[in-house]
Amino acid sequence: MFILTLLLLLAVSLRAPNFFQLGNLYDIANDTSILIMVAIGQMMVIITGGIDLSVASGIALSGMSVAMLNQYYPNIPIFVIILISLAIGFLLGSFNGILVSMAGIPPIITTLGTMSIYRGFVFVLSSGEWVSAHEMTERFRELPRGSLFGMTNLILAAVLMVLIFAVFLHLSRTGREIYGVGGNKVAAQYVGISLKKIHYLVFVLSGIIVGLSGLFWVSRYASAQNETAFGFELQTIAACVIGGVSIMGGTGTILGVVLGAMFLGIVNNALTVINLSPFYQMAIQGFVILVAIVANTLVDRRNQLAMLRKRKL
Amino acid sequence: MTKEKKYQPDRPHLFTRIADLLMTWELILFVIFIVVIIVNSYLSPYFLDLFNILDTTFNFMEKAIVALPMIFVIICGDIDISVAGIIALSSLLMGMASAAGAATGTLVLVGLGTGLAAGFLNGLIITGFGIPAIAVTIGSMSLFRGISYAVLGDQAYTKYPQSFAFFGQGYIENTTIPFELLLFIVLAVVFGFLLHRTTFGRKVYTIGNNATTARFSGVPVNRIRLIVFSLSGMMSGLAAILLTSRIGSTRPNIASGWELEIITTVVLGGVAISGGKGNILGVIIGIFLIGFLKFGMGLINVPGKVMNIVIGFLLIFAIMLPGYIHALRSRILMIRQQEKPRYASSGQSE
Repeated sequence: MFILTLLLLLAVSLRAPNFFQLGNLYDIANDTSILIMVAIGQMMVIITGGIDLSVASGIALSGMSVAMLNQYYPNIPIFVIILISLAIGFLLGSFNGILVSMAGIPPIITTLGTMSIYRGFVFVLSSGEWVSAHEMTERFRELPRGSLFGMTNLILAAVLMVLIFAVFLHLSRTGREIYGVGGNKVAAQYVGISLKKIHYLVFVLSGIIVGLSGLFWVSRYASAQNETAFGFELQTIAACVIGGVSIMGGTGTILGVVLGAMFLGIVNNALTVINLSPFYQMAIQGFVILVAIVANTLVDRRNQLAMLRKRKL
Repeated sequence: MTKEKKYQPDRPHLFTRIADLLMTWELILFVIFIVVIIVNSYLSPYFLDLFNILDTTFNFMEKAIVALPMIFVIICGDIDISVAGIIALSSLLMGMASAAGAATGTLVLVGLGTGLAAGFLNGLIITGFGIPAIAVTIGSMSLFRGISYAVLGDQAYTKYPQSFAFFGQGYIENTTIPFELLLFIVLAVVFGFLLHRTTFGRKVYTIGNNATTARFSGVPVNRIRLIVFSLSGMMSGLAAILLTSRIGSTRPNIASGWELEIITTVVLGGVAISGGKGNILGVIIGIFLIGFLKFGMGLINVPGKVMNIVIGFLLIFAIMLPGYIHALRSRILMIRQQEKPRYASSGQSE
């Protein structure tokens, strides 16, 4: 995957020398931050063998809620809004998690349902209206743009999240349990891992990330609409799949997902840099996804064969 | 439990039998379906009008036609997210053919052919490389729809021959039955026969239950999955013909979001997403259930987004219900067995 990304970078930079300018790379990082964050949540769900199709609707709902809150109560300080967005995300994720772990509904069906439900509630909440830039307060719009240590808050949030979840997944006991559940459910249960707890947990974590991303999304694009983030769920899954997360569960790394998300971001950015119509974006993205998963599968297979050969019989 | 004592299954208790009957998904769906019709006709006087009811089928027949092969795909344990993308691609190629002056017959061939080729490509990548269907079809979904975007951009094809309009707008002569509805009924019978009365159908179930054992039992697993994905593609092509003909134009965003609606319908119809379970009758009831529910809500001016909330809850509720009935049933069984200790499990079959 890493090689693929490098190859892509090389190919693009040959076509457009200014691609590698710092400003452009910075733009890419800024554009893909939300994707990276949500894809990390998605990855944790996928590792347990599930899938979260409701992320895009969740972003829209959380985004619309905080945008309207900001519109009607402009005096609420920004950190309270951040907390509220996290809380909304927690609720949305919990609802998914309860349905999956308590009621035992398969994740794909649960989130297929909640995808329509959350998206519907955006409409109910806003009665179809937009919240546009001039209805948001200055501070609200500045949230993702403000910078600290030379990075925008948005990039900073993504970097923090990558670090936190990398530590969580690789070093903490619960993190390892997530991999355990995905690798072999039955074995995990025998070892004493509570499946219900883990299934609930991953959806809640994904939900919390979604809640925060909703806030970043509407404040970055300075508008909250019914169609906010429409189709984004498939992009997050694509980022995971490109990043080598097995859709069957059990494997996947944060680094892979970050690269997968960056890859999609670079493709989108590269199209503009080399002057291709943005209408080509979707086709190229689809093609790239197909190539990437085929390449991943072939590499995996070769590695497994190599491992088999190495074994002394 | 001595050896001489032959195992004699209990004749199921009346209550158990009722619970068994209640457990059948089709009945639950059918009851919900009846409730929907009653509530709808109570809420709006325009609902129970034969012409209206027949006419509203226009709104969901294309999805219904794609749902039929989707049953096969999901029973196989796979999923096809690219169906709406295939519709967009087929519609695009039909638009190009039409702009080049093709006649109606050619357009139909182009539509079906494109769908078939796209589905075949999906199947080839999935079975050839052994990649999960969900990953492949997410990619091909963007690819197919993306081609449509790349070619059309913000343009649209709107020139179609006069006679092409029949497929999506026509009625059977001298009746008020839409052609689409008739086509769906014929296809439903064909697919029902294929699934429930042929060895091909049985093999599809076998694959869904356990692909490895199926392979060891001599079922050509990959070939059958390839056929199933091709079928799904071809029916998407057919849906593209109907939809393009009905709305008379091709835009890149045609049928967007349909893939999830179609999967919702199939799952609501009782097809297990893990594969191996489900039948055609349940899905047909599910199709009309969602269709009439939307129609009825439309009559009383419920916005489309709110309809989606209702359908989302319906999906979750419908999936939860059999589980609870099952739990209730086993509890009753347990209590009965405690009263009269005997052989466990009497005629428990699902």
